[in-house]
Amino acid sequence: MKYLYVGAMSDIESGADREALAVVRERVSADFGAPVREMALPAIDFAFDRARRQYGSIPVLEMLTRICPDDAWKLLAVTGHDLFIPVLTFVYGHAQLGGRVAAVSLARLKQEFYGLPPNREIFLERTAKEALHETGHTFGLVHCADRSCAMALGTNIRQIDSKRAAFCASCATMLRRRVRE
Amino acid sequence: MKTHWQILVVDDEEVMCESLAAWLREDGYLVDTAASGREAVEKARARDYAIYFVDLKMPGGMDGIETMMQVRRLHPDASIIIITAYATVDTAITAMKEGAQEYIVKPCNPEEISLLVSRIIKVKNLQRENTILRKKLARQYCVHDVISKNPRMRDILALAREVASLRSTVLIQGDSGTGKEMVARAIHYSGDRAAKPFIAVSCAALAETLLESELFGHEKGAFTGANQQKQGKFEMADGGTIFLDEIGDIPPKLQVDLLRVLQERSFYRVGGSQEVRVDVRVVAATHVDLQQAVADGKFRDDLYYRLNVIQIHIPPLRERREDIPLLAAHFLERLSHELGKDIGEISEGGLKVLMDYNWPGNVRELENAIERAMVTCRGASLGEEDFSFLAQNGHAAKVWAPPAGTSLADMEKVMIAATLERTGGNIKESASVLGIDRSTLYEKIKRYEIPR
Repeated sequence: MKYLYVGAMSDIESGADREALAVVRERVSADFGAPVREMALPAIDFAFDRARRQYGSIPVLEMLTRICPDDAWKLLAVTGHDLFIPVLTFVYGHAQLGGRVAAVSLARLKQEFYGLPPNREIFLERTAKEALHETGHTFGLVHCADRSCAMALGTNIRQIDSKRAAFCASCATMLRRRVRE
Repeated sequence: MKTHWQILVVDDEEVMCESLAAWLREDGYLVDTAASGREAVEKARARDYAIYFVDLKMPGGMDGIETMMQVRRLHPDASIIIITAYATVDTAITAMKEGAQEYIVKPCNPEEISLLVSRIIKVKNLQRENTILRKKLARQYCVHDVISKNPRMRDILALAREVASLRSTVLIQGDSGTGKEMVARAIHYSGDRAAKPFIAVSCAALAETLLESELFGHEKGAFTGANQQKQGKFEMADGGTIFLDEIGDIPPKLQVDLLRVLQERSFYRVGGSQEVRVDVRVVAATHVDLQQAVADGKFRDDLYYRLNVIQIHIPPLRERREDIPLLAAHFLERLSHELGKDIGEISEGGLKVLMDYNWPGNVRELENAIERAMVTCRGASLGEEDFSFLAQNGHAAKVWAPPAGTSLADMEKVMIAATLERTGGNIKESASVLGIDRSTLYEKIKRYEIPR
C-alpha cells in the first residue's frame, strides 16, 4: 500500500496554517484517491538566503527526497515561508515533475501579504488549488491551457484566484492514466 | 502544442540552469541545458531550438554575446534571450544590437518569463503556419497541378514552366473563366519569386481614380479622404508578381503610367513627389482582342508591345472537351470535402450532358455546375437529371447543320483542319479522333492542302 504523505514544516504553528494543512490533507486524499499520512518535517533554516530573505525551494526538495518514506507515493510539504528558485523572484510552490516530492508555500496565498485584511476562505481556497497543482506536477502533469484548471500556470495571485480547485476533464483523464501507471 | 518547441538554457551555474529548465518543463516545453557557450553551440549545431536563454557572463572564453552570435550564425531566426544578474546599460545595448530578442535581469518575475516565452512561441507558431500555408498555396498553384491532357494546354504549361523564373512580362489571353489567373499563379509559384507576394488586381472593377490609387498608392492628403499614406499594389508585390486582370479595360491615362512602370520599374504615389522603385514581374490578362483594340485606337500600341513579350492564349473549354471529365472529377473530389457530401462519381449519363454542353462560361462555369449539382443531388453519384439546369440555360449544344451548298469534301477539309488544330498537329491522335488510318489522314492533308 502506497500513501500520500502531507508534511508540515516546523514553522506551521498558527491556527490559520494548521487549518490550511487540514485542507491540503483532505483535498489530496479526495482528488488523488489514496490514503493520506501525516509527517512532521524538520525546520528549513538551511535553505534560508540572507540576501534575498527567502527560502530556496531547491535545497528543500533535496531534503524532502532524502527523508521521503519508502511507502510514500508522494510527499507534499507545506511551509509558511516564502520560497524561491535562483532565476525567479519567488515561487508559490515547487515540485519534481514526475517525481515524488513537492512543496507549497503559504506565504503569498494570504491576503495580508498584499496589504489586505485576512480572509480565511480565500486563503484556504488558494491553498487547496496550490496543493492540487504541485501534486499534479509530481504525477507528470504540465501547465494546462484551460485557465480555470488547477494545473493552469499561476504567476500572480489573480491567476491563482481565477482557477478552480479542480482539474479540467483533460487533466483529470491524464491524471487517472498516470495514477494507474 | 508546446512540446513541438524546444528551448535551450545556457548557464555555467548549474542551479540557475536547472531551476529555469525545470520551471519551463512544468510549462510543457522540451528543455535542454548547456553549461557553457561552447556546449550550447554544439547543441545548436545538432538541433534547432526555438528559444535560447543565454547567461551573459560565462567563463571559458565564450560569454553570452559571443555564444549568441555563433548560434545566430547557425540559426538566423533563433530567438535569443540574454539573462544576467549584472545588468548594465552597455551590456543591454550590445546584446540588443547583436540580435538578442530580450534582455532580462535575474532573478526575474515569473510572470515576465512566462509572458515572454508565450509571446515568442505565438510568433513562431504564426511563422510556421505561414510557411505551411505558403507551401500549400505553392503546391495548389504549381504548374504540375494544372489539369489538362489537351496538347495546346500542355504546350501552354510547358511555356509557363519555361518562363516562370524570368522577369519578362506575360500576356495571357482567353475567354472569361478559362483559368487565366490560375495560369498566372502557376507561373508565379513555379518560379524563383514563389516565396514573394502574388498580388492580383482586377482593372475592370474600379473607377479610373480609384484604380490609380489602388495600383500606385497615395500620399496622405493626396485627395479628400486620404487620411494616411497608403501602399499601392505595385509596392505590395515588390519582389513578387502583380497580376493585372482585364488589362484591356484600363483607361488611357493609366496606360501611360503603366507603360512607365514597365519601362522604368518605378512610379510615383498619387500626390507624391518621391519616386518609388520596385522589382515586380507583371503578368497581365484580358478576354478582349488587344491587337484589335490597338487597331481601333483604344489601347496604346507601345504598352501592348511591352505587355506582349510572352503571349499565352488559353483555349476555351469547348475546344478542349477531353479535359471535361478530368476537371469534373477534380471539382467533384474537392467539393466533396468542402460541402461535406459523399458523392463519389459522375454517371455516364451525367458525363454525356457535360460533354455535350457548350460551356460559354468555361472552367468556372463547369465548377459552378458541379457544385450546384452536388448541392441538390440526393444519391451517391451525379446523374443526367442532376445537370438538367444546363439544358434550361439555353446553351446546350444545338444540333449542328452545315451551311447550304457545302459539299462533303468541304466538310471533310474543315473537320480535318479543326481536329489537327485541336490536337496540336498530332497525326496519330487526329487519326484516332477522326476514326481513319494515319496514312489516309496524310493523303487527305495532302489532297486538301491543309497547313500543319
